[in-house]
Order: sequence, then structure tokens, then C-alpha cells
Amino acid sequence: MKKTTRVSLGVLAVMMVLTLSACGAKGASSSDSKNDDSKKESTFSSALVTDIGGVDDKSFNQSAWEGMQAWGEENGLEKGVGGYDYFQSGNESEFITNIDQAVQANFDVIYGIGFALREAILSEAEQNPDTNFVIVDDVIEDLDNVASAVFADNESSYLAGVAAGKTTKTQKIGFIGGTEGAVIGRFQAGFEAGIAAVNPSAVVVVEYAGTYGDPAKGKTIASAMYAGGCDIIFQVAGGTGAGAFSEAIAINQGKASDAADKVWIIGVDRDQIEEGAYKANDGKESNLTLCSTTKGVGATVIAINKLAQDGNFPGGKVETYGIKAGGVDLANDNLSDDVISEVDNAREEIIDGEIKVPTGLAE
Amino acid sequence: MSIIAVLTIIISSTLVYSAPLIFTSLGGTFSERAGIVNVGLEGIMVMGAFGAIVFNLTFAPALGSMTPWIASLVGGLVGIVFSAIHALATVTLRADHIISGTVINLLAPALAVFLVKVLYGKGQTDNIREQFGYYKVPGLNKIPVLGDILFTKASIPAFLAIVITFVSWYVLFKTRFGLRLRSVGENPQAADTLGINVYVLRYAGVLFSGLLGGIGGAVFAQSISVNFSASTIVGQGFIAMAAMIFGKWNPIGAMGASLFFGLAQSLAVIGAQLPGIENIPSIYLQVSPYVLTVVVLVCFLGKASAPKADGVNYIKSK
Repeated sequence: MKKTTRVSLGVLAVMMVLTLSACGAKGASSSDSKNDDSKKESTFSSALVTDIGGVDDKSFNQSAWEGMQAWGEENGLEKGVGGYDYFQSGNESEFITNIDQAVQANFDVIYGIGFALREAILSEAEQNPDTNFVIVDDVIEDLDNVASAVFADNESSYLAGVAAGKTTKTQKIGFIGGTEGAVIGRFQAGFEAGIAAVNPSAVVVVEYAGTYGDPAKGKTIASAMYAGGCDIIFQVAGGTGAGAFSEAIAINQGKASDAADKVWIIGVDRDQIEEGAYKANDGKESNLTLCSTTKGVGATVIAINKLAQDGNFPGGKVETYGIKAGGVDLANDNLSDDVISEVDNAREEIIDGEIKVPTGLAE
Repeated sequence: MSIIAVLTIIISSTLVYSAPLIFTSLGGTFSERAGIVNVGLEGIMVMGAFGAIVFNLTFAPALGSMTPWIASLVGGLVGIVFSAIHALATVTLRADHIISGTVINLLAPALAVFLVKVLYGKGQTDNIREQFGYYKVPGLNKIPVLGDILFTKASIPAFLAIVITFVSWYVLFKTRFGLRLRSVGENPQAADTLGINVYVLRYAGVLFSGLLGGIGGAVFAQSISVNFSASTIVGQGFIAMAAMIFGKWNPIGAMGASLFFGLAQSLAVIGAQLPGIENIPSIYLQVSPYVLTVVVLVCFLGKASAPKADGVNYIKSK
């Protein structure tokens, strides 16, 4: 092998690692703190530190910030120190710096939005025992100044399962997961339970992509599932799921907008109805997002801020926000009316405690 | 699933997956045959994908179903512009090829995401409305068995990529331009002595790689991810580069390697749904494309040798 080949192969390997580790790290620019407004009052203040998505990511961070804004306005606070604010992280290295800034600005409660901030929140919480922290979507136990807020994704997935079980015509439903584990397992368990409750004869085909960032793989998996007879796929796989949408659109484009064999996708984490828009071959605009599970990070922020204001900060506890607390829900994008009423019934039953949704896969 | 159905998915998903890789690895072949190492293929793909998605979002209402094709050409043009930086740095300014390519790779995603923020006010674009879908090829899909497998769920960009592969092979090995391009990559001094303009040919090689790499990115974005974000092109440029080396700097070899990667990937995914194989733990299927690649590399591939002056700057003596 020639030297240049070796060099380029070596560089190739290094660059692949670099690109992977830097993936997604190119969000918005650096932190956005406002230190101008320094009037100190004895009011309660709260700040959030975003994941690399930034507060306009149409997802987690945006939802959290909207909740924070709603809470701030309700309490007559202003954006900035002493009120409410956000610190935007351009990449992982800014997590600690941003939390530090928030601590120094004396915010009473500081949120880390997303499991990526777990380590940063943990180390800052150990160093700053007088500040209260919240980790959203992950768990930090045994620290009195950290509350953990997790979501009962199994409950919203259960509703998605009810919707899918009632809608499917082929009696075969697909589930594409990112990586195997407790997090996605919660979705899978709820989804399967929902389907089994309304349509015990339906088969669920489960496949894990092993990655959240490979749309090509998502497309291939979706292609195989649809060809194998599935007519609905629930994708819980981040960027990998984009490929499932593209496959479903490619299939549906060749059909009439009201074709009996139209295929569907179930959205995840936020209302993904925009992703499902396409033009059918009869020239009509159509949509293939059956429904979407949603996460109300904003509602969680409001709930914890209220507890903390009353002096009941849930430090050291793990709070699970389910349907009842507005933490998760289902958006009825293209469900038919009778399926919606079925979903509404299931939602009531979960809230009343009549249905206990499994929280994870059986070992 | 029937055997025909299984073959149809395997072949159609192989082609969809491979098409962007084929385009980009052909681009890399042109560049390296001219003696310029192009590690920047990844960055060029990013810019091609970005350009194509922006064009597609803007002009889809006016252009209808032709949009993805024209957008791919636009992606190719953006790729040319971006590769011109690499050409300027390496050919005219004699920079180290690896460094310049790395700069391209670092620059492209940051620039593209920044521009998306400026244009749309958010971190990723909306989904495009006109994408490369599947086509039923009229007439050919009536052929028994073969028609079902190849032409009922056909990916036209992939067919085009295969055609362009053979055109590229013809250009590189059967035309005067191709001979000169290769001579510049093997022995620029000798080529220069015979009156060939080394710099012009090296520019041509890099700009070709920009065109094809940009088209590769555009095809990926418009057939697979259907939007543009920081995570649209993550590593495909490097896979294409590996395909080029795997294919021994030969267009047909590069195409074969790209198709092989695609096949390995789709076999792993589809295998999970075949009776018998479905009980194998998914982790083994997930690693199988990589294991298969290593096995093929070790067992069936001889010595891969780059063009002799690949990566070496040519300094014309006075």
C-alpha cells in the first residue's frame, strides 16, 4: 500500500470519528445571557440551559422555553437576571460554562433540558449545594438539590398503540426504535400494550436501527416493513425516523390520496404533521402522519417552578410526568372520528388509573 | 414475503442507498486521478445537499415534479463552487491536500447550518414536497420476474448513476482528456514536458469531483433525508471515499464498492424480517455490513495503489 493511501485512510478514519462526535454540534451560536438588567428583588427566578438544539428546535428546548415564558409572564417577571432566562448551548463543551453563568447570576432553579446535560448538572449540583437544579428526561438521584423530571412515554405510546390497532387494515404494525434500552423500550412496551388492548390479533414488527442519525437506514427498514405488509409505522429514532417518512411519502405518492392501501407514520416527541405532507398522484394534497406522541416539557417546567415557589422544590425526587400531569399526550393528526373517541376513552382510563400501562419491556 | 418481494426490496433499497455514494465516489476518482486527494468530499456533499434542498423548497411550486432533477444540478453547481476553494488551495497555492480537504469538511456544515438559520430562522429546513420517489418504468415492468424486481420500484437517480459510471470510465480511459488527466496524476513532470497544462487539468479534476459530489449530496437529501439539517450528511462522504479506494480508483470499481455497501446495509436490515433469520439477535445483523466489508477487503481485494502523484503538489520549475 502506498504511503498516500495509508495517510488518506488514516485521515479518513480520524475524520469519521470527528464528524460523528461533532454531529449535531452545529446548532445555534454561543450562549445568550443577559447581564444588563441587574435590579435585585427578592422574587423567585429561574433559568434553563438548552441542549445543543437551541430554543427554536421545534422540539424539547423550544417547548421548555415556551413553558418558562408562560410561567414568567404569569408571575409578572421579566426576561433576564432576577426573572427568567435561557442559556443556549452551541455544543457539549458549553454546558458547564452556561450552568456556571446561571449559578453566578443567582437563579433559584436551573433546568438542564435533555439527558445530554446529565453529567454537567450532576457536577455543578455537587459544587453548588445552595442552588436548585432540575434534570429533564433523565434521573439524578441522591442529591437534595436536584429534581429529576422524566416523562411517561409509555402512556402516550399506549394511546398511539390504541390508534394504530384501531386503524390498521393489514393487522400488521411496525415499530422502529433508535437504540435498544430502557428509554425506547418504554415506548415499545406502551405501544404494544395499546395495540394488544384494542386489537389482540394484530402483529407488531419491531426493529432497532442502532442509531438515531442514519435516515438511510430508517428508509431501508421502513421499506422492508411496508413491503412485509405493515401499514403503520411508529418511529422512535430521531433523525433515523426522517428516512421512514421519506419512504412512506415515496410509496404514497404513487397512489390516490384516499387509496385503501395508503401507509402511515406515527410521529414522536412533537406533532410531526408537517413532516407527513405530500402530494398524491391524483394531484391532491394529502398527509400521512397518523398521529404523534407529544411531550409537554413546558408543562413540566411550569409545574416544578410552582412547587419551588411554594418552597416545595422536589429535590432528590424523581417526578414522572404522564398524561394526567400534561407531561405527555397524543396529537390526533389524521385519526378518524371513531378512533379519536377510542383514544379519548383510553386517555380517560389512564388518568383514572383504570389502565396501568407497563413502564418497560419484560426482561 | 415471497422471494420476488424480498428481492425487490433488497435491490430497490440497495439502489436508493448506493446512488449518492456512486456519484460522490466517481467525483473522488476524477479528483484523485488528477493527483489531488479530496478528503473534502463530505463537505462538498453537505453543500450539494444544502443547495438542492433550498432550491427545492423555493422552486417546487413552480417546477413541480421536475424540481428534484433541477435541484440536483443546482447542488452540483454549489459543489463546483465549493470545490473551487479546494482547487485554489491545493493547485495554485500548493497547500497540503489533506489540510485543505479537512478545512472544507469543517467549513461546510457550519456554513450550511448558519445559512439555514439566516434563511428560515430555525436549525433545520422543512421537509421538501417534491422528492425522488419510486417509478414504474412503463413497458419494462411487464417483463416477467425481472420487471417486477427491477422496474416496478425503480430509483431513477441510481440508474442514472450507473450510466454515468460507464460514461466516466469511458472518459477516463478512452478519451484524450482522460489520458491527460491520468498522466497528470501519475507523473506531472513528464506530462508538463509534453506540453500538457498540469494546473488546468488538476483544476478540471477537482471541479468534476465538486459537480459529482454535489449531485451525490443532492440525491441523498432529496431521496433519503428529505430535509436539510446538521445531521443530514454524516459520514457518507467518507464512505464514498472508502468506496473509491475499495474500487481501486476506477469508476466501475467505485460503483461496485458503493453497490456492495448498499447491499450489505439492506441485507442486514431486511434479514431481520425474513423467516429464520428474524430470531438472530439484531446486534449481529447490525454489525454484519462491517464484518462483510472487512471479509471482502481481506479475501478478495489485492493491492490497492493510488495514482503515483496523488497528493503531491506539482511545482513547475523555472
